[in-house]
Amino acid sequence: MKAKGWKDLPEGSVVLEGGSAVKFKTGSWRAFRPVWKEENCINCLFCWVFCPDMAVKVKDGKRGEFDYDYCKGCGICELECPGKKGQKAIVMIEEGK
Amino acid sequence: MAKVVAVTGNEAVAEALRQVNPDVCGIYPITPQTDMMQRYASFINNGKVDTEAVLVESEHSSMSACIGASAAGGRVVTATSSTGLALMWEMLHIASGDRLPIIMPVVNRALSAPLNIHGDHSDAMGARDTGWIQIWSENGQEAYDNTIQAFRIGEHMDIRLPAMVCMDGFIISHSIERMEYLEDAEVKKFVGEFKNLHPLLDLDKPKSYGPLILTDLFHEYKRAQHEVMTKVKGVVLEVAGEFEKLSGRKYGLFESYRLEDADIALVILNSAAGTSKDVVDAFRDRGIKAGLLKPRLFRPFPYEEVAAALKNTKAVCVMDRADSFGGYGPLFMEVSSALYQLRNRPALINKIYGLGGRDYLPSHAELVLNELDGIAKGGKINVFKEYIGVRE
Repeated sequence: MKAKGWKDLPEGSVVLEGGSAVKFKTGSWRAFRPVWKEENCINCLFCWVFCPDMAVKVKDGKRGEFDYDYCKGCGICELECPGKKGQKAIVMIEEGK
Repeated sequence: MAKVVAVTGNEAVAEALRQVNPDVCGIYPITPQTDMMQRYASFINNGKVDTEAVLVESEHSSMSACIGASAAGGRVVTATSSTGLALMWEMLHIASGDRLPIIMPVVNRALSAPLNIHGDHSDAMGARDTGWIQIWSENGQEAYDNTIQAFRIGEHMDIRLPAMVCMDGFIISHSIERMEYLEDAEVKKFVGEFKNLHPLLDLDKPKSYGPLILTDLFHEYKRAQHEVMTKVKGVVLEVAGEFEKLSGRKYGLFESYRLEDADIALVILNSAAGTSKDVVDAFRDRGIKAGLLKPRLFRPFPYEEVAAALKNTKAVCVMDRADSFGGYGPLFMEVSSALYQLRNRPALINKIYGLGGRDYLPSHAELVLNELDGIAKGGKINVFKEYIGVRE
């Protein structure tokens, strides 16, 4: 795609469409990766609610795998995860390990 | 039919805003502007306007509220002075970068420290690089007229930029002068219905303001912002032409006063220009060809036009009611840049006057014009930048 010149830009850097964040993959920013442990998951979907991007996939009301293209590794999902009997369903693991 | 009134500068600008009847107004008090927004708040309370007032906890919040309301799709105003304008600094850049035509009267006042509430131009000069249009006003009439015209300029579809309308604190904001108001219907027709460009509240067309733009596009966005500024002069003149037809009062990019054949000239902003014109007349009576240039549009600065207006003079003094410590006065820097492009240019000096509301007297103008007369007749320039009206 040809890069835009200054005459092609919308006034005031306004993004003139909805849902355009899907075009911007931020997974490469991640230093820590969340890992989902299905056996500890109670399907509360707190992770889906609290994820500031769209890294938690839900299908038919069921928690699915992470979409790492949109996960910056912020760790909010791990923090919010109530888990089962004190065992977290999401744990953060350092990338490259 | 025009209505002749005796009002203060603050009262006149509040009246202009009432006649425009904007959608949203950010309100936070600061001397000497307070009285303007207080009057406007009365209009709101008394049902004279439909404006939604947003009472905020600081000027930073006031400008933030204005940015939100403007992006949402409203016609938006606020007003401030001095440190209030300084506290808005971050948000001023966002308003212009987002291309939001917010209109803001600025009642010029000194910046702290030491604390001072009186008129000087340090506040607006400090905001000259924020990407706002700046229109300066000599008196209450000009402040009223410029406020009405600012809506047409900032909201013009080729421009879409925020605009400040400057007038001197206390000297103009709190002094009663004779002036003329336009009829409500005339103002309403002149400013017209507010037109939106990219309103957030158009829910069928979702959009986002304020994205992160890094090295790949930021430079291009700033180039585009510069381009818009180059179109402002033309729109200012077009709007001034229409305003003249309505009011009979003529405005340009600046005012030239007895400049056509002048040997010596003062360049001076706002209320002090009025005092200076009397002294220019006195020099003319003595056979000395004195003149004056009073900038009106300071951002964007009309470099070519100012150079053309001063090109036949022999000596010019730029008078600054603000200082750039360690540099020349801000107005001097602009005029100097404008004149440098001429092959033959006048001698140029810079005087700093009237800081913190110190009175600017006819005797000060006389002193400077005498000095210029000496330079024009072959005398040497002793000091390029000097404080006048200051105790040794």
